[in-house]
Amino acid sequence: MAAAAAAVKVYGPPMSTAVSRVLACLLEKDVQFQLIPVNMAKGEHKKPPFLKIQPFGQVPAFQDDHITLFESRAICRYVCEKHGEKGNRELYGTNPLARASIDQWLEAEAQSFNPPSSTLVFQLAFAPRMKIKQDEGAIRQSTEKLAKVLEVYDKRLGESRFLAGDDFSLADLSHLPNAHYLVHSPHAAPLFNSSPNVSRWWNEISSRNSWNKVLQLHRGASLSP
Amino acid sequence: MVVKVYGPDYANPKRVIVCLIEKEIEFETVFVDGFKGEHKKPEYLKLQPFGLLPVVQDDDYTLYESRAILRYYAEKYKNQGTDLLGKTIEERGLVEQWLEVEAHNYYPPIYNLVMNILVSPLLGHPSDQKVIEESEEKLGKVLDVYEERLSKTKYLAGDFFSLADLSHLPFTHYLMNQMKKEHMVRERKHVSAWWDDISNRPSWKKVLQLYKYPI
Repeated sequence: MAAAAAAVKVYGPPMSTAVSRVLACLLEKDVQFQLIPVNMAKGEHKKPPFLKIQPFGQVPAFQDDHITLFESRAICRYVCEKHGEKGNRELYGTNPLARASIDQWLEAEAQSFNPPSSTLVFQLAFAPRMKIKQDEGAIRQSTEKLAKVLEVYDKRLGESRFLAGDDFSLADLSHLPNAHYLVHSPHAAPLFNSSPNVSRWWNEISSRNSWNKVLQLHRGASLSP
Repeated sequence: MVVKVYGPDYANPKRVIVCLIEKEIEFETVFVDGFKGEHKKPEYLKLQPFGLLPVVQDDDYTLYESRAILRYYAEKYKNQGTDLLGKTIEERGLVEQWLEVEAHNYYPPIYNLVMNILVSPLLGHPSDQKVIEESEEKLGKVLDVYEERLSKTKYLAGDFFSLADLSHLPFTHYLMNQMKKEHMVRERKHVSAWWDDISNRPSWKKVLQLYKYPI
């Protein structure tokens, strides 16, 4: 099936964690999209044309026929609402209690997992590439914080297959981008590998087709139709 | 059975309480002594394993993370009280967008200000002046974007009051009162008008009347 110029556009580099989050969601939902690059090294995200669609100068931004949106987790929720019948129908729950549990763990990701893991992703994966000196204090503090959060996760994942329940959901998906970088970092990998249930969960969620397609986009490949 | 909200004294639980009042949902509250570390003890951790406030209990169902709780009740009681989610999927999308902006762009710097300016002195911890300066600068930049947005729409998601605006009430109260940084709002004409509008809603006035801030 030939892909027509997709009505759905995602703006941002695929290697950005927040952009990856949205791409993984679109792929889970079988929603075709066009990925439009934003040259962050040249500061494109802080310049007027981009600021018109994302006034905070952050990636990603999202457009479809009806709306322009930003904030990756808001975009994911919108995509799931808008395309409820497509692709993975359980992704954002099929009843209110399932959805509440997914929102609870999405918020836990956003408030407890994201801050320390984002700091570590920047310090360990991006700072060296950008020739920025690593902040040892920030690395130490964030490692400690993240370790405590993963203790809670390990207990939960000993009782439940996925974070919000028996089905893979947006809550698990939301962790993929940051965890991917950390699992591939010698410093941070032990945080995941030494927790048996977190380890099991990571192996399962990271082997999803949608995530592997995102990684293809990281490598600069285009997706086969 | 009635919805139970833990920790009404504190700001994050107030986010839930103002929503329940807007939605005309009956609730009761359970005192949690945050200053004595009650939220870090085993009894509480059974309900909220991250040791954070609030948590709600609704019959035998437990839910935590205030913004998740907001979404659940706003959706469950969509046809009762104030509509806080918008009327279409697109309006809902904008509500989600600005709720996420509050969570990721607004909340972190304002939380840092509250912790360093108000809480650290009480606990005998040193305040980090650098964090205070950086947080105030960040918050100012976020408020500049709000000023631009609110010059075009009455509320953040559009011309209707929503979860996105509501979510700003508890911590902005600290900014305007205890932290004495009201100039950050007052210097911005549209943000100022928006703050006066949302903070004068009967629901928020009720919260302030019933549950005093601990600081």
